[in-house]
Amino acid sequence: MIPELGHYALVLALFVAFVQAGPPLVGAATRNAAWMSVAGPAAIAQMLLVLVAYGALTWAHVVSDFSVQNVVQNSHSLKPMLYKVSGVWGNHEGSMVLWIVMLAVFGAAVAAFGRNLPPTLKARVLAVQGLIGIGFLLFILTTSNPFIRVVPAPLDGNDLNPLLQDPGLAFHPPFLYAGYVGFSMAFSFAVAALIEGRVDPAWARWVRPWTLAAWSTLTMGIALGSWWAYYELGWGGWWYWDPVENASFMPWLAGTALLHSAIVVEKRDALKSWTILLAIVTFSLSLMGTFLVRSGILTSVHAFAVDPARGAFILVLLAIATGGSLLLYSLRAPALKAGGLFAPVSREGALVLNNLLLSTATATVFIGTLYPLFLDILKAGKVSVGPPFFNATFVPIAIPLVAAMVVGPFLSWKRADLGAALTRLWVAGVVVVVCVAVTAYVTAGGGPLLALVGVALAAWAIVGSLVEFAERIRLFRVPLADSWTRAVHLPRSAWGMTIAHAFLGVSIMGMTATSAWQSERIDSMRPGQTASLAGYDFRFDSVGPVAGENYKADRAIFTVTKDGQPVATLTPERRSYPVTRMTTTESAIHTTLFSDLYIALGDPTQNGTAWIVRIYHHPMVPWIWIGGVGMMLGGLVSLTDRRFRIGAPERRRAAKAGLVPPAQPAE
Amino acid sequence: MRTIARACALSLALGLTPLALTSLVLPVGPAWAVQPDEVLADPALEARARDISKDLRCLVCQNQSIDDSNAPLARDLRVLVRERLKAGDSDAGVMTYVTDRYGDYVLLRPPFKATTLVLWVAPFAILLLGGLATALFLRGRRGATAEADTAPLTEDERRRLDALLRKDDL
Repeated sequence: MIPELGHYALVLALFVAFVQAGPPLVGAATRNAAWMSVAGPAAIAQMLLVLVAYGALTWAHVVSDFSVQNVVQNSHSLKPMLYKVSGVWGNHEGSMVLWIVMLAVFGAAVAAFGRNLPPTLKARVLAVQGLIGIGFLLFILTTSNPFIRVVPAPLDGNDLNPLLQDPGLAFHPPFLYAGYVGFSMAFSFAVAALIEGRVDPAWARWVRPWTLAAWSTLTMGIALGSWWAYYELGWGGWWYWDPVENASFMPWLAGTALLHSAIVVEKRDALKSWTILLAIVTFSLSLMGTFLVRSGILTSVHAFAVDPARGAFILVLLAIATGGSLLLYSLRAPALKAGGLFAPVSREGALVLNNLLLSTATATVFIGTLYPLFLDILKAGKVSVGPPFFNATFVPIAIPLVAAMVVGPFLSWKRADLGAALTRLWVAGVVVVVCVAVTAYVTAGGGPLLALVGVALAAWAIVGSLVEFAERIRLFRVPLADSWTRAVHLPRSAWGMTIAHAFLGVSIMGMTATSAWQSERIDSMRPGQTASLAGYDFRFDSVGPVAGENYKADRAIFTVTKDGQPVATLTPERRSYPVTRMTTTESAIHTTLFSDLYIALGDPTQNGTAWIVRIYHHPMVPWIWIGGVGMMLGGLVSLTDRRFRIGAPERRRAAKAGLVPPAQPAE
Repeated sequence: MRTIARACALSLALGLTPLALTSLVLPVGPAWAVQPDEVLADPALEARARDISKDLRCLVCQNQSIDDSNAPLARDLRVLVRERLKAGDSDAGVMTYVTDRYGDYVLLRPPFKATTLVLWVAPFAILLLGGLATALFLRGRRGATAEADTAPLTEDERRRLDALLRKDDL
């Protein structure tokens, strides 16, 4: 019964989506307030309905209702509760329902908090959200219905892929989706603005918080996925340039560009039509990621041809959304008035450079990811585009991007003095030289030249961002107490920028160090033997069977010592899941924050007395994810900026008119 | 055989019924990659073998290098690379030896040839064209700035200035 309620709620949500899209669009065109006002309540009803559907599906998974096909295919009665709940989005159908939940929650948020939006803009934004909702609800109901029953119901399910039964991956999709779907807000605002024919700083101010929120969650989602790959796949890789990864990385790159170009619209009323285009492209890339992963086309063109319904549906959806919005753009964008003027060397100029490089990087990843597919479809031969290609093309674009990122904030709006900006960065320059010299000395020149460039960039980003912050609060130029006051009163967006930029440097440091200076040992070891790596001794104490809720495992115990002093006890496992007949590795990691000691247990050798053991030393690898979390925090801090707080402008206008006492901003 | 079956089942499970929308789920299982018995005694030679392996595709896998893959075919190729190195081949020599037998598809760094021309040139062409477009845009802007600097404010600009100042006031 409950699954049917969920199914019914989804169907109702589809009809509500039509109501959310149709009347408000007509109402906004004819200035009919009553028709426009339908959008808000419809968006909230939409959210409640899809939440009911999502709740029903979760219930079916939690109670292991094996009369529901989706539960049979992706769950098992013995599966731990955490993975019964996360298993809802760990499969195709459920993940699409989560997608639509995110969309509806964002829509309802605009309805609830967008009180200060002009009524026509609000109606149109919600209507565009409704249109996206129609597309995805139709997709779910016609090709990917999670509520289909099976008769007779089997006794138990097929279980979730064991690789996904992991805390890191359990929370990875919701973050990723919040990011993807969050960019739909920027898209809806862009399309609404094109229909209105008006883009101004106020528009940018409304769009930026949504973009910031989407960007922050997407950053976290990507970081979680990368972390999971690092510890779960058994050899400590953290980025593979796999098409599925690239599918999430492209919206992130485009979204980062959007975040920055929206600043120029907000502060200087320039780059308007470019920003609109970026908003369209960013969300289109999110949709394309959906298409790539959902259609199975990445496995092979033939896999797509076997069951084309889903892939074809998303492809049509992608064509309508992207094609339609680009058509609208080409019709309306020329009418957008060019705004504020600026010289090439200026804050605006720096942000234009940021956009140029980020767009090129996005295009590079796009071409590299899709090229094999193009060639295959054109029957022009098969080609592999792997990490060496991306490293050779992406890295040269990323280096000037990060180098310029540090200088940009030192430039003033409209016209700036590059020499003066660089002079103010002398401290960062000195630190870079020292860091590179120390690195070269410590590693005795070991490692590629690129590693030294990476260290230089990381130091430049971290120290340069801090120097900029110190300049803002006039550290050491005015008494410390004054600096403190300045820091407290600095806009949160300034804090956010410093945090995000500096933590990008932290990430780069981690990526560079672990790529250049990791070391590893692959040995077959018998209990009692000791292996040495990077100054540590790893003694293989014992290995024995353990049983988990839904798996059996061999667990090894290693004692790690350094110069005879105990460091850690590590217990890597090799798990086998009887239901899916799959084996996973649970690597054991000891982290000091400056390096990870990583052990993965392999198969026993032929005669069964020894085990294949992989031991890795990954210098600074945790910095990659510390940096990721830091960047997300930077985004969130920026999100709390006073000017984004909803309703604030209205209140201040009222205060100016002397109607109410000035509101104290809650800071 | 069991390993092949597992690798295939895994790539099917992960590829055809993909889990989360564009989640970072990779078509790889526990990567058992290089086995201890494959490792060469000479560390310098082994390091070269590893570097070469990272650029060679496991032909029966999805987007995995032979260095990361546990498929038997990948193992055969790893052993082959090491044999060639022991026989005294240069890195380039090993690559030629492998591509002569398996074709360019085995290279994770696509070779520069007619069909990959667009692939290799595009990123730099985009940067160049984008840079050119940006430069033209900025040049147009600079002319306008110079003009705007000398010309007195128009009524419209005065209004906007007022609006901006008021905004800062808030």
